[in-house]
Amino acid sequence: MNYEPVIGMEVHVELNTKSKMFCRCSADYFGKEPNTHVCPVCLGLPGALPVPNKKALEYCMMIGLALGCKISEKSLFERKNYFYPDLPKGYQISQYRWPLCVDGWIEIAGRKIRINRAHQEEDTGKLNHRGNETMIDFNRSGVPLVEIVTEPDFRGVEEVRDYAKKLQQLFRYLGVSNADMEKGDMRLEANVSVRPELVEGLPNYRVELKNINSFRFMVAAIEYEIKRQISELEAGKKLTQETRGWNEQKKETYLQRSKEEAHDYRYFPEPDIPEISLQSSAIRLQQQMPELPWDKLARFQKQYGLTKQQAEILTESRELADFYEETVRDGADIKQAANYIINRKINIEEVLPAQVVISIKGTSMGIISDEESLKKLAKEAIAENPKAVEDFQKGKESVLQALIGTVMRKSSGKADASKVAEILLKYLRNV
Amino acid sequence: MNDLTSLTLTEVIESLKDKKFSLNELNKSYLERIRKLNPKLNAYLAVNDSCQKIPAAIKDVISTKDIITTASSKILANFVPPYDASVIKMLDTQGVGVIGKTNCDEFAMGSSGENSAYGPTKNPWNLNKVPGGSSSGSAAAVAADLCVFALGSDTGGSIRQPASLCGVVGLKPTYGRVSRYGLIAVTSSFDTIGPIIKSVDDAALVLEWISGEDKMDGNCYGKKFVRTPLRWTHNIRIGVPREYFGEGLDPKVKKVIQDAIKKLEELGAEIKEVSLPHSEYALAAYYIINTSEISSNLARFDGIRYGKSRDNFGEEVKRRIMLGTYALSSGYYDEYYVKAAKVRTLIKQDFEKAFEKCDVIVGPVSPTVAWNIGEKINDPLTMYLSDIYTISANLAGIPALSIPCGFVDRLPVGLQVLGKAWDEETILKVGFAYEQVTDWRKDKPKL
Amino acid sequence: MKINVKHVAKLANLPLSQNEEEKYAKQLSKILDYMEKLNQADTLGVEPTFNVSGLSNVTRDDETEASLTNKKGHYVTKGVFNE
Repeated sequence: MNYEPVIGMEVHVELNTKSKMFCRCSADYFGKEPNTHVCPVCLGLPGALPVPNKKALEYCMMIGLALGCKISEKSLFERKNYFYPDLPKGYQISQYRWPLCVDGWIEIAGRKIRINRAHQEEDTGKLNHRGNETMIDFNRSGVPLVEIVTEPDFRGVEEVRDYAKKLQQLFRYLGVSNADMEKGDMRLEANVSVRPELVEGLPNYRVELKNINSFRFMVAAIEYEIKRQISELEAGKKLTQETRGWNEQKKETYLQRSKEEAHDYRYFPEPDIPEISLQSSAIRLQQQMPELPWDKLARFQKQYGLTKQQAEILTESRELADFYEETVRDGADIKQAANYIINRKINIEEVLPAQVVISIKGTSMGIISDEESLKKLAKEAIAENPKAVEDFQKGKESVLQALIGTVMRKSSGKADASKVAEILLKYLRNV
Repeated sequence: MNDLTSLTLTEVIESLKDKKFSLNELNKSYLERIRKLNPKLNAYLAVNDSCQKIPAAIKDVISTKDIITTASSKILANFVPPYDASVIKMLDTQGVGVIGKTNCDEFAMGSSGENSAYGPTKNPWNLNKVPGGSSSGSAAAVAADLCVFALGSDTGGSIRQPASLCGVVGLKPTYGRVSRYGLIAVTSSFDTIGPIIKSVDDAALVLEWISGEDKMDGNCYGKKFVRTPLRWTHNIRIGVPREYFGEGLDPKVKKVIQDAIKKLEELGAEIKEVSLPHSEYALAAYYIINTSEISSNLARFDGIRYGKSRDNFGEEVKRRIMLGTYALSSGYYDEYYVKAAKVRTLIKQDFEKAFEKCDVIVGPVSPTVAWNIGEKINDPLTMYLSDIYTISANLAGIPALSIPCGFVDRLPVGLQVLGKAWDEETILKVGFAYEQVTDWRKDKPKL
Repeated sequence: MKINVKHVAKLANLPLSQNEEEKYAKQLSKILDYMEKLNQADTLGVEPTFNVSGLSNVTRDDETEASLTNKKGHYVTKGVFNE
């Protein structure tokens, strides 16, 4: 018999807000001295109370909106109660019955993967085991997290890989998280089961893969788990609900908790936080959303006639996509610019778009490099942008790039960009 | 001055202004009296010898920076908080300091003061009797003139009931009127901080001091209470709920309460019978929500960051944690917690309907006067039933006042005045008018 | 009403003595019998009240403030390795 995997994903992403979810401690905990970013709230001192971070809620909604979710008319925080030394209050403030964002979807490999929810919660502290002791650092306690839960719609590990990459790209486009998997900004959990092909409906069990802190190990664990479950079923065994972890040495999953030992989280509405009703802010947020990676990808193909592969590379990050479009605006040929940036793997941190334009054109056309012509063009550019001068003097150095762009356009891309920059700087500083 | 310690807060402020005595003299008088009487009463757990402001007694569930805060529990025996509760900061800006931390039922769970890990507080009127609870030490300290006033916390009657049993004024404000930041949480959705104090006018003043928006408490984006002269309004409509005068109410207490209502009628109030039909479910709903939230609120006490291990909880605390854990556990949540939350809606609606017909509701605070120490301690359910008239205000979030209104067998009886949400003003007016035409508060326990 | 005191104590992270277990089993079942009263209340179509503040969307701006400085270094507890 052939079997088909049925996989659902839970992704936790840590937001890059300045302060924590429910207190004013700095959320920038990575590499800091232990327990220096803590206060009565995130340490769970008696009498301390949580007040939600508005920015974090907005970030959660931006993620939800990008994933086509509806923003709930009424959303509540709830307490998820369990005991563990990294959880200072003895409960995590999370969402359960009334999540902020619900019912979305994302396209993966041409199929719709349904998003059940994107909800807001807080991170726990960090444990380190030394000998017979556990060392606890609460700097991470209370850092905002968004949890994104899909329906069990994945049919293979490739789709999971694709999904994780797409989410990572999305978080970075939205600017809501650094989404660095190595640093634990993005953590994955999978619910895996298998069913005979052509059988409809969900299997009556699922195996949760948890506490696997590397993306590579998660993929390996899912692959292993699919094989394990198929062979168990073929051997006539019954599979049950359980939680499993990954043993990297043995390259196999192992039982962490059986169904009988499952947690009883005793969720109930968090009495310290009044209800959240943010549909009207969601409308405003929707209008302020940046172009999403998949929309940009489609546009690049349509507008610039790029191949899908080219467009994928150029839209990998928002910065690279902007860089490409800047070169095009500065007069570079659409295809030439794409090829040039892709083939030479241009480092956009070090190179200006205008320089790319020159390099492309330099080979085919004469460069204007005589001082007088360039000065004339620079003066014209400055005259047309009086505000740019003012901004520059206020310290906004990015206007230089805009002025170079103007000069490049005026010269049909023939001006020597580095000389133009020199001349412009001289004018800007002396004006 | 001889009876410095019997002055009300407003009298103290006047006297200080007139330089009749200094803050130093005031604190000295109180410290002397505390030294003399506290061994008998066990009202204070900690005394601050260096208080140089108007001396207030603070219930030991309120966080005080650098002053030990135990919640009367062994688990916090050595806990010194690194921060002040918002109310402490607000009092400080008004020139009020902490003269001591008062005894209470452990984590404010109890109706007699007997659940303290540091021994019961005694009722100043009769040392064999309980002072009520859970703000037992705060009420006893005010009754025995061991402070100018005290702060208590009220989750199901913990300000009003001990105030009633000790013959002093107690005010439970509207939920959200006073910041809970720094109040060790019992039932987050019921807990309120309020004054236990020597006069109604004093209560209004302290409420003005401690009320108003606090960005540290998400439920306290409320309005500041502004104290105005408490003038009696003629034809004020006073509702008397028939459910508060049925079985269980001591007939002698009932008589005292009815006399008080008559007095209000003589003042020109219009007395109306009202009904709070869901009162009979209040206690069950109250204890489900109370214990459920307790089981979660007390989870933080794990002995890792502060305090001792969980076997240091006292008997009543463990009992409530167990009950609440059970009520929230898988399969029971809807049956208990959600059901109780729905009953809560009904009780809130009962009050809303009743307040269409009247401006305040009056009745007893406690079904009996103070009982003997030890009398109910082994029967938790009977103990819970002593809160029967006070819990509804917490379920509905409305303000309520307890004022002295007489004695039964030389033990004080309190009259409860309940008001609409955010309308402390009217209950204070009624209390003030009653206080002006009676002498009960001038009666002091002989110690 | 009978409750599994051992199980509840484990969920509540409360170490109970044999004595306490027996006592609580009796007392809790008596209290829960009283709570049965709730079932008599007709709550059909009634919305639950979880919070009486009447507020919504109480949030704060994303600004930081100095943290506590009294403690540096790790908190330590006995080893937990079961996750």
